[in-house]
Parts: sequence; C-alpha cells; structure tokens
Amino acid sequence: MTKRTVLDRQSIVVLCLLAAAAILVPVLNVAVDPGSPFHLSDHLVPLLGKYISFALLALSVDLIWGFCGILSLGHGAFFALGGYAMGMYLMRQIGPRGVYADPILPDFMVFLNWKELPWFWQGFDWFPFAMLMVLLVPGILAFVFGWFAFRSRVTGVYLSIITQAMTFALMLAFFRNDMGFGGNNGLTDFKDILGFPIQSSSTRIVLFVLSVAALAGGYLLCRWVVTSKFGKVLVAVRDAESRTRFLGYRVEHYKLAVFTLSAMLAGVAGALYVPQVGIINPSEFAPANSIEIVIWVAVGGRGTLAGPIIGALLVNAGKTWFTGMLPEFWLFALGGLFVFVTLLMPRGILGAAKDFWEWARQRMRSPAAPEPVSQAAE
Amino acid sequence: MSAPITPALLYLDNVSVSFDGFRALNALSLAVDHAEMRAIIGPNGAGKTTMMDVITGKTRPNEGTALFEGTHDLTALDEAAIAELGIGRKFQTPTVFEMHNVEDNILLALKEDRSPFATLLSRRTARERERIDALLERVRLTGQRYRKAGELSHGQKQWLEIGMLLAQQPKLLLIDEPAAGMTDQETADTADLLRDIARTQAVIVVEHDMTFVRDLDVKVTCLHEGSVLAEGTLDAVSANERVVEVYLGR
Repeated sequence: MTKRTVLDRQSIVVLCLLAAAAILVPVLNVAVDPGSPFHLSDHLVPLLGKYISFALLALSVDLIWGFCGILSLGHGAFFALGGYAMGMYLMRQIGPRGVYADPILPDFMVFLNWKELPWFWQGFDWFPFAMLMVLLVPGILAFVFGWFAFRSRVTGVYLSIITQAMTFALMLAFFRNDMGFGGNNGLTDFKDILGFPIQSSSTRIVLFVLSVAALAGGYLLCRWVVTSKFGKVLVAVRDAESRTRFLGYRVEHYKLAVFTLSAMLAGVAGALYVPQVGIINPSEFAPANSIEIVIWVAVGGRGTLAGPIIGALLVNAGKTWFTGMLPEFWLFALGGLFVFVTLLMPRGILGAAKDFWEWARQRMRSPAAPEPVSQAAE
Repeated sequence: MSAPITPALLYLDNVSVSFDGFRALNALSLAVDHAEMRAIIGPNGAGKTTMMDVITGKTRPNEGTALFEGTHDLTALDEAAIAELGIGRKFQTPTVFEMHNVEDNILLALKEDRSPFATLLSRRTARERERIDALLERVRLTGQRYRKAGELSHGQKQWLEIGMLLAQQPKLLLIDEPAAGMTDQETADTADLLRDIARTQAVIVVEHDMTFVRDLDVKVTCLHEGSVLAEGTLDAVSANERVVEVYLGR
C-alpha cells in the first residue's frame, strides 16, 4: 500500500490513445495521399490541436472542481491570459513585416500613435521569458485572487459568482485600447514561431504533437497530485470542509495551492491554443466561455480526469459540426445537453460507461441468476 | 508567556458569546483537568455546541478567557492551530470522509505534518500502517478497512470518527452526542471506549441520554442559558432543584 498508483488501467488507456493520436494525425496528414479517403486535410490539424488545448483546459477545471469542489466559472480568464502571453511573443516576432513596418511596435500601437513599447511588453520577444509568463501571469492572478477569496472563506455559489465577475472585469479591461493589448481586435497576423512559419503545415503538425504531449503531461501531473495524500486532503475538503479544518488542515492553503496549479495548466492550454487558431482577443474572457468549460467537464464526468478530456473533445467536435449545419441552434443544443447530462448522467459519459461496464460484468459472471424484473412478470 | 495562571488543561473564564443580541454563552466558566472526563448536559439552546465552537476556534467570544494548558489563548487561534495544539472534536452527526475508505479516513487524521507540500510528497511508512492497524482494532473497524466510509452504518461512522480523533493524538477530546442513534449495545460499548480513552486523555462529552451519562460515571456539568447551572456528581446534579425544573422535568 505504500506504492502510489499514478498509472492505473484508465491512465494507461488515456496515454495510449494520446500517443496514438500523436502518431496517427501526422501520418494521415503527411504520408497518406491527398486523394485517399484516409487523408487528413491540412485545415483539420490545427482544428484537432485546438480541441486538444481545450481538453487540457477542461482537465485543469476538473482538478479543482472534481477533486476539491471549487466551481470556477472564470477559468477562461487564465486560459486567455496564457494565450495573451503567447500572443505577445508572436506579435514581437512579426518585426518589420507588419502593415506599418515598424521594427519594434506592433501594428495596433503604431495605429494608436504610441511612440515606444510599454514596459509590460518588454522581454516578450524572448521565447523563454514569454513561456515563463504563460505560467506566471495566470498563476499569480490565481494566487492573489485565491488568497483573498479562500482566506475569507468564500465558498460555493458565491465563489463561482466572483470568479465569473473576475473574468468579466478582465474582458472589459482588455476591450479598452489603452490597455495595450490590441483592444477588441486582440493580437493576430502572426508570422512565425521560433523562426518557423506559423501557417505551414509542418509547424502545425509540430504544434499539434506538442499539444498532445502537454495534455499527456498535464494528465500525469494531475494523476500524481490526486493520488498523493495531498489529493486525499482535497477530496476531504470537497466532501467535509469543516471536518478537515478540525483535523488541523489549513483548508485555505490547500485550495490556494490547487487553484494556482490549475490556473497555470489553463495558461499552458491558452498558449497552445493561440498559435493554432492564429488570434487571441478579449472575447476569450467572455463569461459564457468559462461556463462552456464546466459543461465539457460535466458531460465527460467530473472528478475522473479522463472524462473531461472526452467531454471537451466530443462537445467541441459537436460544436464544429453543429455550427456548420445549424448554427442558430447550437446554444440550444449545448443547453439541452447540459440539462440532459445533469439529470440523467450525473457522473457524465465516463461514469455512465463505468456503470454499464460493471452491470455487464455482473451479468456475465452470473448468467444463470434470474432477473428480478422477469420474475415479477411471470 | 509568563507562568501558567491555571493548572487545568482547559480553562474557560467568564466567556460570553452573542449572536445578534442573543446571548448563547453568558459568563460561562469551566475548568477541566488533565485526563479528566466531564459530561455536559443541558436543554437545547443551553450553549453546549457554542461552547465547543469557542474551544475549537470556530467562534470568537465577545469577552472572557479561554486557555489551553494554562498558556495557549484559544480565542486568538484558528481551527487548524487549535487542532495542532491537541484538541480534537467529534460532531453531533457523524462527519467522516464518505468517499474515502476507512483506512484513508484514519490516515488523514494521523498526527503528521499537515502542510500542502508535506502531504504532496508524503509516502506511507510502516509506522503509519502500524498505527492505523492499532486504531482500527481499537474502534473495531479492522474488517471494514477498505470499505468506503459512506457505506458504514451510523454506529460504525460514530466509531470511525472517534478513531480519527484518536489518530490525532489529542490531549482533549470534545465529543458531541456520541450515543445519538445507537443501539443499546453500541451505547454501552461507546461508554466503555470513552472511559478507556479518559485514562490517558481528557474528554468532554455532551450528551442527552441520561442512562449513558450514568454509565460514564463522571463529574457532570449542567448548562442553562449559556452558563453553568450545577456541577458535581450525576446524583447531586439530578437532585438540584433548578436542574429538575429546567432540564430533567418533574
């Protein structure tokens, strides 16, 4: 019992599937003849990469909601901040190739008649610094926010509401031109990343594989956290907070630690999202986005880590299909899905699948056992 | 801090708590010795739970002194710090971690470093396992070790929670209505267990069940309207005119 079971059967399945995706997608895109029905067209690679970055985002929400009971309705903010940090690096890489051809200033600053780069844009032309900011900016915001919220013992729906207010406030701030992040247009027109053209299909394949690797790494990290004694304390806080407190645990420290870690994971997801989508703008802060993340987690199965990955992939694939076919009905479908899952599959797709598997196995084990229903009918 | 002003383990003096004008505790004074068991009785609203809240740091008193081991000011500490000092609390309704198995419930309660970093990196040691074994034996849950705590019977949950308290190795245990909802046999066993615990640790038991209190055979304090109405042996307290009037009934 001293061994931690980070790699249980479910985790091995998840990691194998991710490895398969990391191999199959490039192969189907590059090695298979474009005329073949198995060919994966170029525009699908960044689309799948976007789904993978959403899956990482869903994973980060499951870590706090599924295991510690913190329902964040503002996690899109951490995702967007990670995305902006990456976007700022990509903007600086444009250099003199912008419309106004200013060697230093991004186009929108020239347009606003700014003369020099603001202090908070300094250093973002250096990739390692930008990557550090991808982790630090969401992490520090989460730490400061969590410090005040958890120390004041704000819980439940009140906490959810203030996380929602946080992302809304950030959205309004980022919409303003004088914030220095491109206003409502955000950051776009990226040219290259680390010297590789961002539009080329080979760069996109690398970005896809990196996203899958980040998701696998994030999954393992979360597994390591939730299978540790720390993770047991998180579940204890979720199920009986005051009991945990009276046992001598500083509940607010645990919440703060896991909330900050989760925000950093969300930031990484945002940083992977931006180069594959090609734009980051304040609409990523929209409260509705954050609510959608929670729906992915609920649909997949809260508190399972693997479920939210499934949920994010399925719901987003559904969204792509739906908004292509019946765009005006997508929000109704999403709302309906949430109601359906909450009422009929409270443990999500993965929970329902596990229940079914248990039921089928029990049937297989005792095939002779008469079913009570059929007995009653006789 | 200077020399302890009291030799008592727990010392409450003149403690008052008001909620929106309602005085839940009214100049309450109480002293409990090392390894003493004390039973607290009293009608609903007498302030029994509020008293426990003050001792465990959940509620701050408006005035008065609350000292632990003569030196620690309980009114200035939070729940976690008070638990670390060695005060364990069992709730009225059994509160265990329902989604964890019995073993993990005890594991989380064991007296170990409680900081997030320590728990993140902790590995279960053989010593911890031995302590878990011993505690499970003591609260008779060895056979339930790998069951989810949520699947236990009401009585088993009460005992598991007492086991968690013992795992903390507290100097003082506050136990709120341990016999509630238990069968007669379980009640008698619980009284035995508590008497056994009280040989080494101080125990405060809040209870309504007078048979159970008689079983415990310890000094009794009767609370009424937030202060002590009577104190002494159960017989002496039961004979008290005021106690009969407000609590026991004629």
